[in-house]
Amino acid sequence: MNIQGWAEIALTLGLAALIGWPIGLYMSRVWNGERTWLDPVMKPVEALFYRAAGVSPRQSQGWLSYAGALLTFNAAGFLLLYAILRLQAGLPLNPQGFEGVSPHLAFNTAVSFVTNTNWQSYGGETTMSTLTQMTGLTVQNFLSAATGATIAAALARAFVASRGEGVGNFWVDMTRTTLWVLLPLSAIFAVVLVGLGVTQTLQASAAATGLEGGSQTLSLFPTASQLAIKQLGINGGGIFNVNSAHPFENPTPLTNLLTAISINMLGWAAFFAFGRTVLARKDVRALAIAALVLLSLSGAAMYAIETQPAPALVAAGVDASANMEGKEVRFGVPASVVWAVQTTGASSGSVNSMHASYMPLGGALQMFLMQLGEILPGGIGSGIAIMVVMAVLSVFVAGLMVGRTPEYLGKKIEAREIQFAMIAVLVLPLAVLGFTAVAAILPAALAGLLNDGPHGLSEMLYAYTSAAGNNGSAFAGLTANSPWWNTTLGIAMLMGRFVPAIAVLAIAGSLVAKPKLAPSPGTLPTHGPLFIGLVIGVILILGGLQFFPALALGPIVEHFQVLDAVARL
Amino acid sequence: MLSQLRPAIVMVALFTLLLGVAYPLGITGIAQAAFPGQANGSLVRDADGQVVGSALIGQPFAEARYLHPRPSAAGDGYDASASSGSNLGPLNTDLADRVKTDADAIRAETGTQVIPADAVTTSASGLDPHVSPAYARLQAARVARARGVDVAAVQAVIDDHTDGALLGFIGQPRVNVLLTNRALDVRFPVGT
Repeated sequence: MNIQGWAEIALTLGLAALIGWPIGLYMSRVWNGERTWLDPVMKPVEALFYRAAGVSPRQSQGWLSYAGALLTFNAAGFLLLYAILRLQAGLPLNPQGFEGVSPHLAFNTAVSFVTNTNWQSYGGETTMSTLTQMTGLTVQNFLSAATGATIAAALARAFVASRGEGVGNFWVDMTRTTLWVLLPLSAIFAVVLVGLGVTQTLQASAAATGLEGGSQTLSLFPTASQLAIKQLGINGGGIFNVNSAHPFENPTPLTNLLTAISINMLGWAAFFAFGRTVLARKDVRALAIAALVLLSLSGAAMYAIETQPAPALVAAGVDASANMEGKEVRFGVPASVVWAVQTTGASSGSVNSMHASYMPLGGALQMFLMQLGEILPGGIGSGIAIMVVMAVLSVFVAGLMVGRTPEYLGKKIEAREIQFAMIAVLVLPLAVLGFTAVAAILPAALAGLLNDGPHGLSEMLYAYTSAAGNNGSAFAGLTANSPWWNTTLGIAMLMGRFVPAIAVLAIAGSLVAKPKLAPSPGTLPTHGPLFIGLVIGVILILGGLQFFPALALGPIVEHFQVLDAVARL
Repeated sequence: MLSQLRPAIVMVALFTLLLGVAYPLGITGIAQAAFPGQANGSLVRDADGQVVGSALIGQPFAEARYLHPRPSAAGDGYDASASSGSNLGPLNTDLADRVKTDADAIRAETGTQVIPADAVTTSASGLDPHVSPAYARLQAARVARARGVDVAAVQAVIDDHTDGALLGFIGQPRVNVLLTNRALDVRFPVGT
């Protein structure tokens, strides 16, 4: 560990939140339909889309109708992507000559990209044609991110309304988030990335003859256009097998810094957008501080963990000050660990180092961050929405202690809200622990493992955590392209995405009808250090403790094995 | 939900055209016009204009006169159409054996006791174009011997192709293996 490393980690985490702030204020204007400087360009496109789709943009939907639109839209996106994957052999722009994708892999991949998970049971450059990457995967990178944002927009309206009815219009929220926020930012970012070395071509590959005479085939793609939204949309599905570790996706320390910032930028922006829309900036700032504290502590811990002596290096008498297995020289440990923390805290799943080769506690921390519910700061909108659920549970817990009806942001929190909040929170352990338990005794599941012992359990636990958390990163030793893994991981992704989404919309539907209360002397202040501490406590207990026994059997056992192995040398 | 069917289908179709066709093609157009070198893979050519690789992608080198890259888990090693890390966990015996074998070989060749970690670990991509300055320095003597030149001269070429961290703290110091080797061939040709 050195001062440069600490500075790099702090800069990366800090800049993301800092840049997210003004973008969040802009995003709030977009949600509210206020004037923006992009109106002259985007308004005509927007109007055209509504006219063609038969959408009345002024009509505010009830929460059920909003949720119905969300589900139908995602189902349509799933079907189109599934069809493209299955049929890619016969479709144009397949210079690689790839076959159609198998049914279970197509199911898994289509679910994966529609749910913003971007788990990949395949290697990009060996499976997906250029057309599939562009018209299939890139499109869902945008639309799944916009879908996440709609959940926060609807929830924000529910808090701000007094005895209201509708929570907004799904089609409007989705369309405006895409046209005003995601598309322009991605376009600018993509061009910058190409300038810094990321590929962007329709050619399949370039051929080279090395200095020693060996031939090399370099896979190329329209990488930058997909990479930009993969990062900004907190999607995480790589164009290439090794994601942002691939030099064509992430050639330099500068591209690494920019793409690392973009993992968290719009997640933070959604926090600040929520705060501005609800007129509760101080309260949302408290939630952002809680998230940033947890994220920063994780970054520091990860740096300490990955500079511990790795047993294989110690045994061979190699410099063991950095665990370089599965890391790139240009990034080294600091840029790798901060990315690992960002990507698991934020439901991105994009990686620039191989998580499977981290020290055991590093892997444990990656899983733990996902198991907290992807709220540090999480996906665009989906992060702040679950964070608000945590805040609602926090005021509920505090209300139980002092014997008052809890309120949050001027709305009474009652039984119905708490029921749905618990559903949103408990689906994660159900999917993760349930599926992992079954997989641990099924030969068909165990056949996919690369490592045995506790690390093997970690591969499975990580996979279901990543799927249900809609993260998408992996202990990539697991060979997941089999019917069992593709199918069950797909189901876990669906559970982890749509159960919390509908539960949050149900909370919004319940809250929107309630009167907005002015704060009374008995109202628990929800912006001070006391509340920040309370929220952190609820997150750690609710999100973390349920998974502790499983982590104890996997990475924590492995940690003690590592200590033992090093001590024997 | 049936009433949502039309908007769902139309929206998916329109956004596929906008985001899946217009956007990537538009970016490709801009990229090919403004940054053709980068957009097409930062290819590196030799004096005759032959493509010898990409400045961004590592490739295997085994001959004594060249800097050697890190071990690679991509295909059979540096397969630039099948990127991959090893994904071996820290206690995996295959990992321990591989590191030990590689470290012993380097120790036998150089006589050094201190081996930099990147010399015996596979990268995340399997295509890492760089080695650490320490590992490059360790190889300078072998390269110099094979080319019949001074170690200092080889080290000077290595230094020319060493990048520091951005602003002193973003990223890590690194030596580009392919570019160094190409420069070595130009500076100290070996008679073929």
